[in-house]
Amino acid sequence: MMCEQAEGLVNFCRIYKIYEFILPSWLSSFTYFFSAITLALTVINILIISTALYTWFERRTLARFQSRLGPNRWGPFGILQPIADVIKAITKEDTVPESADKVVFNMAPILLIITTLLVIIVIPLGPNSFMGSLNIGIIFIIGITSMNTISIFMGGWASRNKYAMFGAMRSVAMLITYEIPMGIAIVGILLLSNSLALSDIVLSQTIPFFIIQPIGFFVFFAASIAEISRTPFDQIEAESELGSGFHTEYSGIKFAIITLAEFMAPIISAIVITTLYLGGFKGPSILPAEFWFSIKVFGVIFFMLWIRATWPRLRIDQIMNFAWKPLFGLGLFNLFSIAIEVFVFQDKVTGFISTSHYWIMAGINWVFAILLFFGITQIIGNKNKEKIKHSYKTNMIS
Amino acid sequence: MSIRTEPVTINLGPQHPSTHGVFRLRVTFDGETVVDVDPVFGYMHRGTEKLAETRSYVQIVTLTDRLDWVSSMSNNLAYVRAVEALCEIEVPQRAQFLRVIAAELQRIASHLMATGFLVNDMGAFATPLMYCFRERERILDLFEILCGARITLSYMRPGGVFQDAPKAFWDNLDALMKEMPIYIDELESLVTTNEIVLARSKNVGVLTAEQSINGSLSGPMLRASSVDWDIRKSNPYEIYDKLNFEVPIGKNGDVFDRYLVRIKEMRESLKIIGQCVDMISEGPVRADVPYNIRPPAGDIYSSIEAPKGELGFYLVSDQSISPYRCKIRSPSFMNLSLLREMLVGWKMSDLIVILGSVDFVMGEVDR
Repeated sequence: MMCEQAEGLVNFCRIYKIYEFILPSWLSSFTYFFSAITLALTVINILIISTALYTWFERRTLARFQSRLGPNRWGPFGILQPIADVIKAITKEDTVPESADKVVFNMAPILLIITTLLVIIVIPLGPNSFMGSLNIGIIFIIGITSMNTISIFMGGWASRNKYAMFGAMRSVAMLITYEIPMGIAIVGILLLSNSLALSDIVLSQTIPFFIIQPIGFFVFFAASIAEISRTPFDQIEAESELGSGFHTEYSGIKFAIITLAEFMAPIISAIVITTLYLGGFKGPSILPAEFWFSIKVFGVIFFMLWIRATWPRLRIDQIMNFAWKPLFGLGLFNLFSIAIEVFVFQDKVTGFISTSHYWIMAGINWVFAILLFFGITQIIGNKNKEKIKHSYKTNMIS
Repeated sequence: MSIRTEPVTINLGPQHPSTHGVFRLRVTFDGETVVDVDPVFGYMHRGTEKLAETRSYVQIVTLTDRLDWVSSMSNNLAYVRAVEALCEIEVPQRAQFLRVIAAELQRIASHLMATGFLVNDMGAFATPLMYCFRERERILDLFEILCGARITLSYMRPGGVFQDAPKAFWDNLDALMKEMPIYIDELESLVTTNEIVLARSKNVGVLTAEQSINGSLSGPMLRASSVDWDIRKSNPYEIYDKLNFEVPIGKNGDVFDRYLVRIKEMRESLKIIGQCVDMISEGPVRADVPYNIRPPAGDIYSSIEAPKGELGFYLVSDQSISPYRCKIRSPSFMNLSLLREMLVGWKMSDLIVILGSVDFVMGEVDR
């Protein structure tokens, strides 16, 4: 067993060495197994606990946005609220509709949580801190996040509920729509990093990629919000329309699992955005790399929450329009401009681009981005079509 | 080539987050598009009109509170005006001012609620709703000072009001009058120019002026369709003929215009309250009316401009202590009469938004 690297909080080799030291000789053939299980359990549990904390954080923050208090009863600042939620969910009766397809119905939440959790495998949480370093990490992420929609559709279809069916159909429609701008935005990253492995992508970000390709960042951000079905793209579980969408019929622990997966999705999404565009674990060395990573993820999550607290939701055909026309076009434009710039600035021998050239690219792209965003908002924006202030007339004072 | 699709019929309600009560719609969808709607009423029928026949004229005031529970003051006003017209009771000047102040405050509260729920139906996660509720709460506090209740007020009596406003009411009203325009500006900055709100509400659920007159709509629904008709102007009651205010008129008759008309009406209501506070004089607040009124035999129809439209009471008296018949013309019920014209052809999400823009309260629909 080769174990040279020993850095980072989540490190397989470190755990392996500890087990090598602890385990009695008759168990030594299981060392690899034990250390792998330990690592997996640690990461999954950290993720689940942070999701639980995130539910508290989301409710508190939304409450502050809405000038109310939020959960504040149990524990300091109500921080133990997730525990109460889970206990309540577990003790509820677990009902299955009589006419439901029971196998698929029961399988959907499990598949949902598995596909959500699987993404974390390839994410570098710090230098040399990852569970598995796949050399096709980014393709793995695209594939796994699409699986998510299948489980949503399974749940919606199997529960034999028309509202759930509506939500499920919408989720499939949104999958087809949003995978494409997302994929195109990712190609822009690959052109710059020359690698599909996420650790290489992070290391190649001498300056964060969102500075170099703001259009790509916008496209990816919008598409990933749609992927996790958050406001303004939360048509899948539009509370005011469908009750609760595809999980209308779920109750008890299955509902808890679905909610867990749903609240984990923003975290995972923020993690992917951080890795691809914000420089991942990189940062000034006053703090450990893992802390920088967490801070960036937290920032992205907060930004998503901010959007959720402010904006209403788009209609399903408007969402599709938005994806196929502006987002798709922006993604293609970003791809071509990056490709041309890479062709011009790339070092012909090593294949890498120097930091000063990165800054030049960033300057060009920001000019493009501002012009394009201004142009598109002028074209598709309702605000400019007519002056709102004069859209009502009043009769004269009697 | 077109794919063959089958229509799906969904029961929207009676238990649904966006039907504002127990309204039930049998909607037939073709994919996401509404093909047919079939409203079902009566889940909240409490027999208010029948109950009124067994109560004395003063006791019926408490029944009117429960009609449209977000605007009890207006309901009270409409009813007591009908009784006063029946018995030809002269109402003191101060009581009329107090009634108008209370009714306009109630209009602001009702429109705040309508706006909040409209934006909530569009999918904004409760932020505009909470802003609206925060301000509505202050008006309810004022009502509490005024008459001790917050929702079911029963403030008005045939011949005046229940009691004079205490000093704390005027102080708090002054503070509210100062802060309310800022609140409305804040709400408008959050909602009115929001690109998504515009995309969701512009040209959605359009009703032409002709349609809305034929459907006997009233209130903001009618005025959004550019029909200039407000009972406060066309048939002034109480002291409205002494007050200066404008009636906001919409242009297209879509959801956005209904929203704008409501916002503008709130500002106009503030203007009316300000004038009333300036003009009000000392005096009695209740005419000398016996507890058990026995009006002369006859019938009367009297209507006012409630926040949701024309609220009318038709009373028939047979000289006993309770009315022989009490018919209520409720704006919410009438405003729902054009549902099919508004909804068919729109998407499911639009259906919810259009329902929200009608601003109906089930207590008033099923009397």
